[in-house]
Amino acid sequence: MEHASTSFWNLFQAKHKVIQCEPLGPPSIDIKNLTVSYPQNTVISNLTCHFDLPSLWAIVGPNGGGKSTLLRALLGLQKPTKGKVVFKGFCPCDVAYLAQQNLLDRKFPLTVGDTIAMGLFREVGIFRKYTKEQREKMQKALEQVGLASFAKTSLQALSGGQFQRVLFARLILQDAPVIFLDEPFTGVDRRTIDDLIQLVHLWLRENRLVVAVLHDMDLVKDNFPNTLLLARQFYRTGPTKNVLTKENICATTKASQMWEAEAGEEYV
Amino acid sequence: MFEFFISPFTDYVFLKRALMASVALALGCGPVGVLLVLRRMSLMGDALAHAILPGAAIGFLIGGLSLPAMGFGGFIVGFIVASLSGAISRFTILSEDASFAGFYLISLALGVLIISTQGSQVDLMHILFGTILAVDNASLLMVTGITTFTLCLLALIYRPLVIECFDPGFLRVIGGWGGMYHFLFLILVALNLVAAFQALGTLMALGMMMLPAVSSRLWARHVWSLFLFSTLFAVVSGYFGLLFSYHLEWPSGPSIILIAGIIYGISLLIAPFGVLKRQQGRY
Repeated sequence: MEHASTSFWNLFQAKHKVIQCEPLGPPSIDIKNLTVSYPQNTVISNLTCHFDLPSLWAIVGPNGGGKSTLLRALLGLQKPTKGKVVFKGFCPCDVAYLAQQNLLDRKFPLTVGDTIAMGLFREVGIFRKYTKEQREKMQKALEQVGLASFAKTSLQALSGGQFQRVLFARLILQDAPVIFLDEPFTGVDRRTIDDLIQLVHLWLRENRLVVAVLHDMDLVKDNFPNTLLLARQFYRTGPTKNVLTKENICATTKASQMWEAEAGEEYV
Repeated sequence: MFEFFISPFTDYVFLKRALMASVALALGCGPVGVLLVLRRMSLMGDALAHAILPGAAIGFLIGGLSLPAMGFGGFIVGFIVASLSGAISRFTILSEDASFAGFYLISLALGVLIISTQGSQVDLMHILFGTILAVDNASLLMVTGITTFTLCLLALIYRPLVIECFDPGFLRVIGGWGGMYHFLFLILVALNLVAAFQALGTLMALGMMMLPAVSSRLWARHVWSLFLFSTLFAVVSGYFGLLFSYHLEWPSGPSIILIAGIIYGISLLIAPFGVLKRQQGRY
């Protein structure tokens, strides 16, 4: 009984205890022994990892391995169970986050212009009008993603790739030092991926940190110098060529087979 | 012409009141319904509408057939049930629609039980199907008050509310109080359902929100134009519903909802995003 009530209390307190913010120092994210559990299983256990600015990080691993959960936990959208996360030089609300596309309603009655304007929400607030400079910024962001003449187009008229370009334009406008992308290229055509990857490299040159959950190993090897390979208890972190080795990938496959078999046994 | 369309509303005070109430209702329910549809929360609306019944029944026990008493009770209980069923779907394996269905069936049964043991069959009919023709000054004041509050609040939080509807995670991440707007919106839904409840009864209160809103979705492509269409459709259904109910001696609540249903049917056929137009290429 006592156990139950303590864990409930932890749930309540976790966000304040686990995620900390230090305004000073060179910007970085420091993760120590992070554990995130769902009622049925532990998805991330004792993860220790360090993201420096500027850099490009890919998170790869099998489905259910905790990739999205890690991003959500860092942002405070998912309560971690224990561990410590220190944001140095910025706070979690300075992170621009692109959720998985299938969580959004692509038929929502907004124009492209309305959608990217959300990126300026923190600047304009609830009431203020967009200034001339802000309008120019929006136009420039649209040009950067190759949708210059689309400001008045409805979202529902866009293809999957164009929709993703719109969301990237919104990220540009957010102008955040850290950008989390959750499967940004799933269901997106080749040409769009090539264009958006260029944007990611531009963000690196602008001294930002980009952390992206990805499935395409070739894309990771070609573009992301650092990788976090994550399969629940098993993880490897470091330079991509040291992490994405045959043994490591075999180990993640084995780990995922294990937990899938366990889940199977529970239903028997 | 004049006699058919206008004079019923000038000759009879109760019809005049009913028309005012339904227009006020339409002004509030139009926009709220659109947001409800866009948030894919129609089911939540359904649960809330039914959950109003036991609260209204308790209000009825205390204050008799007065809208303010029943409305207040309905608002409180409706809100509790909506939050509870949301929480249950979050913390158990039950999906949202299943837990909502469970709750509103219980609410409905409980409400009917309370009213039929403590009041008469007529009271029960009034509460289930509404009595827009019996709107008194106090109720009219309450409905218009709720509408005014709704429109003011929507004007205040329009921008973040639309962002929250489109991408709930976004506001939460940038520290924009996403949860608070969701909560305020739930309050608006509950309030407008309470207002609609006198006119249309608990069984059809949601109709004034949902039908104009889904019809408007077939006509417009911006949130603000959806608001306009939806409100227009709601006003038209209110007016024609009352008109037909007067001339043909139909019950008023169902007539209003049926007119809204007819508008929906027509929209499905001829609107820019309706069935017929769709085949010619979508945009």
